[in-house]
Amino acid sequence: MQVEDILNQPIGSKLFLLGNEAMVRGFIEAGVSVATTYPGTPSSEIGNVLHHLAKKADIYFEFSVNEMAAFQIAAAAASTGVRAVTFMKHVGLNVAADALMSSAYIGTRGGFLIISADDPSMFSSQNEQDNRYYAQFAGLPLLEPTSPAEARDMVKYGLKLSEDLELPVILRTTTRVNHVRGIVVLEEIETRPKKGYFNKNPRQFVPIPSFAFHMHPLLLQKLTSARNISETSPLNRLERASLNTDFGLIASGIAYNYVRDAIDKWGLNVDLLKLGFTYPLPLNLIEDFVSTHTNIIIVEELEPLVEKEVRALAQQNNLSSCIRGKYDNTLPRVYEYTPDIVEKILINLINPDKMDNPLFQTPEFKLPNRPPVLCPGCSHRATFYSVKRALQEKGIKDSIFPSDIGCYTLGIQPPYHAADYVLCMGSSVGTAGGFFRATNQKIISFIGDSTFYHAGITPLLNAVHNKHQFLLIILDNFTTAMTGHQPHPGSNIDGMGDEAPRISLENVVKSIGVDWIKIVDPYDLDATSSAIKEALDCQGVKVIISRRACSLLEARNKRKRGSWKKVIINTDICSMCEICIHDFACPAIFKTKDLIQIDASMCDGCGVCINICPVEAMVWEE
Amino acid sequence: MNKNYLAILIAGVGGQGILKAGTLLGEAALLENKKIISTEVHGMAQRGGSVINEIKIGEVQSPLINKGEADIILSFEPAEALRVLDKASPETYLIVNTNPIIPLTVSSGLSTYPDLNLAWKIVRDIYPRLKLINARKIALEAGNSITENVVLLGVLCSVPIFPISTESMMKAIENGFPPKFRELNLKAFNLGLEKGKEGISLL
Repeated sequence: MQVEDILNQPIGSKLFLLGNEAMVRGFIEAGVSVATTYPGTPSSEIGNVLHHLAKKADIYFEFSVNEMAAFQIAAAAASTGVRAVTFMKHVGLNVAADALMSSAYIGTRGGFLIISADDPSMFSSQNEQDNRYYAQFAGLPLLEPTSPAEARDMVKYGLKLSEDLELPVILRTTTRVNHVRGIVVLEEIETRPKKGYFNKNPRQFVPIPSFAFHMHPLLLQKLTSARNISETSPLNRLERASLNTDFGLIASGIAYNYVRDAIDKWGLNVDLLKLGFTYPLPLNLIEDFVSTHTNIIIVEELEPLVEKEVRALAQQNNLSSCIRGKYDNTLPRVYEYTPDIVEKILINLINPDKMDNPLFQTPEFKLPNRPPVLCPGCSHRATFYSVKRALQEKGIKDSIFPSDIGCYTLGIQPPYHAADYVLCMGSSVGTAGGFFRATNQKIISFIGDSTFYHAGITPLLNAVHNKHQFLLIILDNFTTAMTGHQPHPGSNIDGMGDEAPRISLENVVKSIGVDWIKIVDPYDLDATSSAIKEALDCQGVKVIISRRACSLLEARNKRKRGSWKKVIINTDICSMCEICIHDFACPAIFKTKDLIQIDASMCDGCGVCINICPVEAMVWEE
Repeated sequence: MNKNYLAILIAGVGGQGILKAGTLLGEAALLENKKIISTEVHGMAQRGGSVINEIKIGEVQSPLINKGEADIILSFEPAEALRVLDKASPETYLIVNTNPIIPLTVSSGLSTYPDLNLAWKIVRDIYPRLKLINARKIALEAGNSITENVVLLGVLCSVPIFPISTESMMKAIENGFPPKFRELNLKAFNLGLEKGKEGISLL
């Protein structure tokens, strides 16, 4: 399959699409005009696909500097009557939350869909916050898909709903929707005007206190209308058992998959209420369901949001059904669910006779961990090596390393231990000031280029003004590497694939008032460690830009050009000091019983190891 | 218990072409109008970490595979096969590429790589449908070590319960690579298929 197939294949074609790709098809079918994002796993591929297709699909798409900017652009676009989408990972919505809260008050004219990609089990995130709370918090309708096809359907449903209610709508996915591949049948593409017109109405769009005063009750009215729609929405549906049953299961979002599969697999005779439109909940539908079943089990991943409302409803209506969920510890409140977890709990409650124990025991092996690591040739490794060397040469042992969100957080692993404190995007800069004011320790902060543009500029400005003292190393690899190499304001290309002005990192840093700034090539270990040593002797805020393209991107280019020079070890010279293994830790270098070797298939040919070897045993291959 | 699908788990290390293998499988299933659903690990986990791809072909909602319920496990790396062994039962077809990728935790001396000869002895006792394949050797025979993933797809195709035809898999491979890599990958696939047939059908 080619990415273009998402746009070009005829209606009725079946494609095997990732949830993220399916949602892009949804944007296309719904005639979306404007789409914005800041990349973040598990939502990243939505942007990657749009980056390819936006122009051909006549959608304006941008990689915004951060989620707040992305949200603001989409909100304003939708206020002109066109359809707009903004998408981000769950913690990205925290960045946009200020705008999100007001957007519920001022509403929208064209459809405005906010996609929040949550990450239960934290496959690639710092927490597993349940963003369904944002729907309740802000007062916005909430949709939860269970598959790629349904995600596509809900994009269209959500945009229409948003227009009907004049309210933004949240589509909340989880990793097991974003990163599931399933079959999607292409549907018709709606043709809509791509340009809107902004009809002014400050009473609607400007929440100064006197106007906002009237907006809150209006929002509650809209939510009542939303609840009425939810009552009869096809996204909330009852799946009845063949025989009458006392057991009623309520499944919200992705948990439906596990419940449905358990019912089918074990032939459980239970009724199932599938909820896809989960805020506002269809309370009448739920009341009917609860009052006609004496045993209710509520299955939802992470937080008991639906359960809490169901329990409140039961209390209010004097329903005496037994309700099970998280409040009574029937189901876990942490991590993503699996068929295993849900199946065991359901069978235990409904039909314990069906439990069988396997007749074999899985043998257990002591296996080495395989955590993600910095790639061979990664410029961050070279920078960390120089930091370690500089600190050693200066005899500093207790320096603090505030770090940030990106590949370089992997520097936390041995031998670098180069991440001591991380809160969120941009926190390496802000927290450095806290450590400076509260300790006498030396502080070296690490932030990537994309993260610096995203959330590092304002705290740097704060640090200069408030006379903080630390060294900030901006690890500039020209891209948003961790999420799959998306452009950012320092790139010369934009979301549409067009040429774009490059915002110079050093100019930004200088304009903020940082006087001490050095740009180094991290592969030049001597220059880098000298710069670090010099910075440690200076007062105030110092910035080193450690600049070198991401080795993964470079490797792609090298592969296109053919073969490239690699490093080999002259085993006659190698003294087996193991500095390359223990202090440098490149994944291409490994030790067998009595030899150190380089895996040629992994060697990136960066040549940095040549400079760390004290006996010059590392040499370029002939 | 009523199970209307076949569960395939592909395990390995980020960068081995596991996602690509899974996509090719999906495209082949589509060609035969079969229902298929899969789930992958992206992001952090791809930087040389453990990667799994869970696939179900048939009538089912979730692609996640229960403990002991994988019908076929295809592991691109030996230690990763041992890591996902809890998904296998004695009926499971266990196809394992014998080329280790040594994790940094081992090369830096923090932990040790398992003794594979001993491991296979223990595994074969419980899971007799174990098939060890030197995919790198076959890939080199085909012309390039990067075709290891397609070699293993060939081996997968030789498993008797595998529900997708060789023709559809070949078609998916033809469609899935740019013209200049087509021949290479078809050759890798066919070599894998042959090697697989040598052993697997006897199990």
